[in-house]
Amino acid sequence: MTPADIEDPRGSGRARFGSSGLPHVVKRVGGFAFSLVVTLFGLLLVTFLIARVVPLDPVLAVVGDRATQAQYEAAREAMGLDRPLAVQFVDYVGDVVTGDLGHSNLTSRPVVEDIRRTFPATLELATIATIIGVMLGIPAGVIGAVNQGRWPDHVIRVVGLLGYSMPVFWLGLVALLIFYGQLGWTAGPGRLDVTEQFIYELEVTRVTGSVIIDSALSDAWDVFRNALAHVVLPAGVLGYFSMAYISRMTRSFMLEQLGQEYVIAARVKGVPEWRVVWVHALGNAMVPLITVIALSYAGLLEGSVLTETVFAWPGLGLYITQALFAADFNAVLGGTLVIGAMFIVMNLLSDILYTLVDPRAR
Amino acid sequence: MFHVRTHLLASTVLLGSVLATPLALAETPPDTLVIATSIDDMISLDPAQSFEFSGQDQINNIYETLVELDPETLTPIPGLASEWSVSEDGMTFTFTMTEGRQFASGNPVRAQDAAFSLQRVVKLNQTPSFVIGQFGLTPENVDQKVRATDDRTLVIETDRPFAATFLYNALTAEAGSIVDMETVAANAEGEDFGNAWLSRNSAGSGPYALRSWSPNESVILEANPNWHRAGDLVMQRVFIRHVLEPATQRLLLEAGDVDMARNMTPTDVAAIRDNEGVKIEDNLRGQLYYVSANQKNEILANPQVVEALKYAIDYQGMADTIVNGTNVVHQSFLPAGFLGAIEDEPFSLDLDRARTLLTEAGYPDGFEIEMLIRNEQERIDISQAMQGTLAQVGITMSIRSVTGAEALSIYRARNHELTLQTWGPDYPDPHTNASVFALNPDNSDEAQLTGNLAWRNAYPATETTPMVEAAVVEQDEATRRGMYEEMQRISQQSSPFIILFQRIEQTAMQPNVEGFTAGGAVASAFYWPVTKTPQ
Repeated sequence: MTPADIEDPRGSGRARFGSSGLPHVVKRVGGFAFSLVVTLFGLLLVTFLIARVVPLDPVLAVVGDRATQAQYEAAREAMGLDRPLAVQFVDYVGDVVTGDLGHSNLTSRPVVEDIRRTFPATLELATIATIIGVMLGIPAGVIGAVNQGRWPDHVIRVVGLLGYSMPVFWLGLVALLIFYGQLGWTAGPGRLDVTEQFIYELEVTRVTGSVIIDSALSDAWDVFRNALAHVVLPAGVLGYFSMAYISRMTRSFMLEQLGQEYVIAARVKGVPEWRVVWVHALGNAMVPLITVIALSYAGLLEGSVLTETVFAWPGLGLYITQALFAADFNAVLGGTLVIGAMFIVMNLLSDILYTLVDPRAR
Repeated sequence: MFHVRTHLLASTVLLGSVLATPLALAETPPDTLVIATSIDDMISLDPAQSFEFSGQDQINNIYETLVELDPETLTPIPGLASEWSVSEDGMTFTFTMTEGRQFASGNPVRAQDAAFSLQRVVKLNQTPSFVIGQFGLTPENVDQKVRATDDRTLVIETDRPFAATFLYNALTAEAGSIVDMETVAANAEGEDFGNAWLSRNSAGSGPYALRSWSPNESVILEANPNWHRAGDLVMQRVFIRHVLEPATQRLLLEAGDVDMARNMTPTDVAAIRDNEGVKIEDNLRGQLYYVSANQKNEILANPQVVEALKYAIDYQGMADTIVNGTNVVHQSFLPAGFLGAIEDEPFSLDLDRARTLLTEAGYPDGFEIEMLIRNEQERIDISQAMQGTLAQVGITMSIRSVTGAEALSIYRARNHELTLQTWGPDYPDPHTNASVFALNPDNSDEAQLTGNLAWRNAYPATETTPMVEAAVVEQDEATRRGMYEEMQRISQQSSPFIILFQRIEQTAMQPNVEGFTAGGAVASAFYWPVTKTPQ
């Protein structure tokens, strides 16, 4: 294990040359596990310390305005906050290792249960948004690069720029006003309408926590359709931002590739232009693009607080934010851990995809 | 080009129709009340623990109390107790349980359930415990003082001859909810008296039972078939959707996806007030806005300075603009609607008088002072308006805006100078506010009476403290009323509290919704009287 293995999220190519077979796999899995543990531990420590340093009193958030000093002290003791910081941290890490993220003061239930409820909502939204972002962003970026400086490029760049610069909060409200309020094309805020919510409560078995997947598995197609009608708008808004980012990155990677000698060589050999662009150049541009997409996806998994607020979407971002305001530190720590783990997993995934796409990396 | 455009249009329409909910106005199910509101403050649904607005609303519809409040008149009426009496010495109260009442579980409501419910509130010693505990009940003595002598008789012994109405009023509060002893005991963990379980389940005898509560998502209540008036209940379900953003609440209401939106902004309300598809109901609630001046601060300890402040605030100006529709001017510590509440408004913006008072106090050129607030738009607006008028008399007020929890910590530690706060009564008896604004048994730092507003402001309340103590044991209602009126007038003149406004709750609803009550100054929301005429 070299430090480069830990620091370089894509894994060091250098370390892999010459190695092959089982030891290589063991080394990689070991490296991943090690980086996972170190990163998560670091994340925990930093979040824990920040949570204890900020001038927010978790006890007051629980006992409220009216509590007497005796009630306050009793609650503080019950929450274990009267113990030394180091003891609290060691205890907390010990619990985390056994899968116990503690109790949320805000929801009166285990943090693990809260995350199991909120994370699928965010996952659903982020996945669909990323699919929209990739499906639109990559072609837009390629077209922009091929037509560099001409009108399609300008149009795409302006559309992308709008995506970059418009506040998501505002865009979400306007989208709701038009597509839900005025046109009635999509369903409104929340994950389901009332009638479908009752069907979901009564008839759908919870397997994944994703309303879309669970309703499909239970053959509850009314619920499925309703869930899709609800997710399309928030996912579309987030997908637009993701598209803006991906198309911009695609464009610049493509411009770099299109200026390479192998492109000229392909053209000279008479390879059709569409093949040069969409197969040769894009194939190579995909390598760095995978990391861009993976990180953008991980960013969305963090939960878009503002989108979740506007669309009354009970996701992880909103959960962590509200927990933070209420000084509910177990919830904040638990949520941060999940997000940290997601970033690491996304890095690993892009790492694996990398080796599939780029023969040099194998 | 034309073809491209029609093609695009066609596919957009296609996409739209695939995803479309019907273009016509959506409608909620006729037997379900759908409410868009914010429930992010809800920590627990256990009546012995809950002290948040949204939690109290649900508890009010799940549980019944010995003495109930009539949703229309908000006056005490028989509830789970059909009659009550008090002994000669005024210290032993006897309640006769109403016959034939059942819990949602089917268990009969007995005096033993009532005793258990009140005992667990005191023993759990969570925030609402004082509502019951203030009658001289402690975790140690409550088993003897609150007891069932048979299935239908409950006896409560108090440590002083309290005004009888005081006890009855306190028992209407959510903390007085009667829970199903058998069900709760079966779900108890260790010494928690079922607290963990009852936080997210229900065991009441009221119109509804809790079906589910997903934090920050929804609460679903379902009709309790064993409720004594189950036949009158029209709304078989209540669906509370957590919607944080007021603009989103408005969209949902206008689209017909909810029957009611409870947290719209004054701007949104003004915009739709004339809209025929929506109606707005105003309800005067019990919450007060006030500014208080910490008496530990040398400048603010000067009574003339505080008096000057009272004349340097533009009450009506603010009520007409920044809090228009959400608050009305109110200058005494009992909200309108309470026994003994007064309507006196002795203060209005009078800069000359404020300047004279400041000169007499020795601050002809004013001074610098800090105002502590929690970072909420309305509070920022109010303090900025005050900043403006105070500047005109030479007072330079800076605003320190922090999170709600931090503001509360500073306030409880008596570390503020001026602070803008709100206070809502805890139970429908004047003692609830008198005991925090006008009573201070011990002003020393060591006393740590952190729940008491007079103590938080280091205000000894020398004149009113004995009056509050006398009023709470006064048996004659007219005399008692007069005592509260008098102590409010004293407090207006000499306390460091500057009461500004009383809150109005604006509920926006579909025109076919009738019978909803937000609870007025003394109670929480009532869902069960609601009906919806078919549209």
